[in-house]
Order: sequence, then structure tokens, then C-alpha cells
Amino acid sequence: MTETQSPPDEKMVDVFSDQQPPVDAARNPIGWELARLADTDPRIVALSADLSSGLQLLRERHPQRYVELGIAETNAVSVAAGLATTGLLPYIMSMGPFGAIKCAEQLRTDVGYTGLPVRFMGRLSGLAMGFFGPSHQAIEDIAIARAIADLTVVSAADSAATLGLMRSTFDLPGPVFFRVTEHAGKVYDAPQQFEFGKWVRVRDGADLTIIATGAAVGVSVSAAELLAEAGIQAAVLDAVYLKPVDEEAVVDAATAGPVLTVEEHMPIGGVGSIVAEILGGRGIVTRLGRVAISDEAIEAGVPEELLEYYGLTPAAVARRARDLL
Amino acid sequence: MTSTQSATVVVPGELERGRPLSVDELRWRGDWIRIRVIELIASAGLGHYSSSFSCAELFAGLYYRALRLRPSEPDWADRDRFLLGKGHSATALWPILADLDFFPAAWLDDFGKVAAKINDHPNMKVAPGIDFSSGALGHNLSVGVGMAIGARIQRRDFRTVVVTGDGELQEGQVWEAIMAGSHYHLGNLVAIVDANGFSGGGATSAAMNIEPLADRFTAFGWSVVEIDGHDPQAVLDTFDAFPDPASDKPTCVIARTVKGKGLRMTEQAPQAWHLGHMTDEQQTDAVREIKARMA
Repeated sequence: MTETQSPPDEKMVDVFSDQQPPVDAARNPIGWELARLADTDPRIVALSADLSSGLQLLRERHPQRYVELGIAETNAVSVAAGLATTGLLPYIMSMGPFGAIKCAEQLRTDVGYTGLPVRFMGRLSGLAMGFFGPSHQAIEDIAIARAIADLTVVSAADSAATLGLMRSTFDLPGPVFFRVTEHAGKVYDAPQQFEFGKWVRVRDGADLTIIATGAAVGVSVSAAELLAEAGIQAAVLDAVYLKPVDEEAVVDAATAGPVLTVEEHMPIGGVGSIVAEILGGRGIVTRLGRVAISDEAIEAGVPEELLEYYGLTPAAVARRARDLL
Repeated sequence: MTSTQSATVVVPGELERGRPLSVDELRWRGDWIRIRVIELIASAGLGHYSSSFSCAELFAGLYYRALRLRPSEPDWADRDRFLLGKGHSATALWPILADLDFFPAAWLDDFGKVAAKINDHPNMKVAPGIDFSSGALGHNLSVGVGMAIGARIQRRDFRTVVVTGDGELQEGQVWEAIMAGSHYHLGNLVAIVDANGFSGGGATSAAMNIEPLADRFTAFGWSVVEIDGHDPQAVLDTFDAFPDPASDKPTCVIARTVKGKGLRMTEQAPQAWHLGHMTDEQQTDAVREIKARMA
């Protein structure tokens, strides 16, 4: 199978579509990569908590390496830990809050504290499931995941980054938590190697730095383009690794000028908090703006409308950036 | 069933399934465990007496007869797995693992100290012979399901045994694991419920009723056998009758036990001795009482 480069505005597979999701690397990075890995690596096992969408290629080629556990997420995490003790490499598919939030204890106690090589795919994170309402929105998951010791936490800006991160973290001996936001627009042309603990400068600019993660990266790049039209040059950093974090990238950005963080996450414990912790710890003073979902009961709506409502659009982010200067 | 790898070559020092253990020896070993538990808690200054006493015969039967192990090779891929859901009874496990040479007996002197390798609850990262860490009630049957499925995927015939408390069965996750066990036809999985009738806060079924337990496991698709968990003959017979790992139904042994069993003081006040520390005099009396019947 060959990978296909994603067309300009291709988003990842709609997991609730009635159509069979296409099995190509661009629109179904997780399913594609797991099937590819399983062809040559007998350790690969995918677990699903009623979220088998996109795994049909794996199921066809390696039915034994797909374990459906039903709508029983806490069991799924502990089962994954047990599988890992037998030498297998489990990938858990879970949806939104029914991952890190619901299973925080199992993730911490059975996976984090034991250091087992479980790969936790937190799919449909952020506001991806906005239409379903607050119960289905994972917007506290970064805060929870990064508080767990010895857990690597990565956040994919788009489909290509999802694939790149799966490959970049493949050899890590301990557990890895992936925050995937399927509604993200394109940022990277192709999957790339993401150096451990390092953020990626996806756009240069001398006037301020926007630090974003996940779907907010693409939004921030578009915001930077709007700012450029007004003569303001904004750099954009993709906070790919949320644990461990790229302290030096934060220091460099803050030393150069104002910093604006952007995330589809509650204001507490996400990228904004990461940056504030580092700046405070290093005694660096700079203007810091943080764009996040407001700390109040969240609304329901399709992602596009929610993003508008919470100021997570290019125009709104550009406005917040101008306010910092 | 597809063919499975099995450990047909027995290496020196390997502990096979079904090795010789008489009824008297099992009974003796249970009491030996109780004395060692008292000694360990004495040095730590605090410990879980009553819940360690209720599973003494169960542990004796597992480690001195039923489990296939290689103490010199604690990560042996074909070893039988043992998971202690009720992790606070690890005090009863440490003397056994030391006796079987999983680690030096000198480690027992450090029990309960900060950064010691053996503690009130088991830690798989530091203690050889521990297949999974525990402490959080309700997790370990799920972990056992994972190990059992892992065995099937890799065509290994090891058995996975999980000892849970009865209070632990109040946790919903346990029932998710029980569903999965029968859904995946895990004949290589055994759950043993140390049903001593109590949790930390009081009588189990007064807090949240879990009976009729046998009916519940049966309804979830498991084979169930109910025994007196302190009857050495029943323990031997039941453990000898574990189904072939290639079979298609998981097994639950409901071991009806007495919290604090084996010592008048702890039998009469099991909750007072759920977590505590005996005085020197109490300890001397306790050991004397147990030793008197071990002759």
C-alpha cells in the first residue's frame, strides 16, 4: 500500500458517517498505520471501546489482533495493561472524554505507574463531537493526562501529524497518550519525524509567537496569515509534545516578544498553563495571552459553530494577537 | 482449537502444576503464612492482619501446588500468572515468594519501609514474582482478562489466576471484566473470590449486597464452584480441577472464608484487626496459639 498525500482541505474520516471510511493514510491515519504495522509486527493489537471505525483493514488482515470490549472503557484500559505484560503492543481506541477523563485512574495506576507500553488513542478530542453536547467533549484531557507521571502526551495538529507521531513514538518503551482531533484542517504536507519533546515552528514571525496544539494549530496559521495582511508577523509553534514539553522553545518565544496560546481545551491545565508554568519557573516576564474555551458549562453545537462561539477561529485569534501588541 | 505452545521441557528449579502437597502440608503452610504475616507487620508497625489470614490456605494451594512458575526466571513467558486484586493482602504473599526464592529472604526485613521493594501492596516494577501491581480494587480482573487474551493471541497455554475480595466485587469494573471473560471464552482465566464477608467498612452485603454470588457469576457465563476456603481438601481438589487453558469458559471459585481466620483474637474481632499493630505480648500469644496446632 502506498500513502497518499492529502488534498488541501481534506479532513480526517467522519467516524459517524454511514459510508465505509476510506482506508488511506490521509483520511484514516490510525487505521491505515495499525494495519501496516500489524503486517510485520506480531505485537500490534488494537482495542476498541465501541469505536472500531476505521479499523476494518486491520480486522480483515489480522482479526485476532482486534479486541472489541464494548462500551466498557475502564475495563479496556486495564485489559490493555494486561495485554502489554505479555509482550504485546496495545493501541486503545477511545472517544473524547471516555478516555483520559473517564479512565484517568486506570490510565494512571495500571498504565502510567507500571510504565507499560500502552498507546492510548484519544480520538475525537476537543470540540470534535460538539454536536453531542458537553458529555462528549474532551476539553479537560490535557490537564489530566500530563499530570500522570511517566506518560508521554502528544497532540496531533492534523492527519499527517497523527501518522508522524505514531511513527515517532513507536519505539518509546513506556506509555503514550495521543490527543487526536479529527476535525482539524491541514497543517503538514506529509508525515514527518517529530523529535522527542520538541515543538515545531510551522511559521516564522518576529512580532509575536502563537503557541497552539491540535486543531488550534491550523487555526493559528490562518490567523497568522490574517495578521500578515495587517503587517504583523506572527510565528506559530505546534506544541506537539505536551509531556515532556519544549521548555527552550517557550523561553525563546517569550524572550523574543509576546506569546499567545491557543487550544481547544479548558483554560486550566492545557497549553496556556504549560507556558505560564515555564515562564513563572524561569522568572521570564512577557505579555501572555491565552485563548481557550471558557471555564463554564459548555454549549452544544457543531464544531464550526462552537469554535466561533468560543473565539477559536482565525479572525478571533488574530484579534487576540493584536490586543497583545 | 489451534495448537498452543506449552512448556513441555521442565528446567531445574521449575515449579510444576500439581506438584505434591498433602492435605496436612497445605494446612500447615496456611498457618506458616499466618505466623510470617504477624512477623512482617511487627517490623512495619502497621498491617492488614484479618484479610491476609482469610486467604492463607488459598495462597498455599496456589503457590505450593497449582501455579507453574520459575522463581529464577520471574519473567518466564509461559509462567502461570497470579494477580492479587485485594492488594492489601500482599503481606501474605511476601513470605511465600521469599521461601520459593523469588528474592532474598533479607528483603523481608525492609517490609514497610520507604522505598522498600516489598510493601503493604505489591509493585511489579520492583518485586520479582509480582505479575501486576495492585491496590486499586476492581482493576485486576480486567488486567487478568488482558493477560488471558494475550495468551490466546500468542498461543501460549499459561493460566491466569486472580484473587479478589468480596467487597471488591462491588466495583462496576469487575463486572465489565466478568462479561469480557465469558465473551472471549477465556478458559485460561480463573477468578478466586476470597469471600470473607467483610470490606473495610463492615459486612459486605450490609454495605452493598453482592449475593447471590454464584448465581451472578453463572448468569455472566462463568463456571462456578463454591468451597470452604479453609478446607485443605476442598482447596486441593478445586485447584487440581482447573479446566484446561484451551477450554472455553472461565472459572470462578467462590471461597467462603472467615476474615481473621486462624487466630481467636482476629476471628472474634476481624474489623478491629483489619488494619492494626499487635503489641509484643499479643504477638507472642498469637504465634504460640498458631504453633500449637502446627505440630
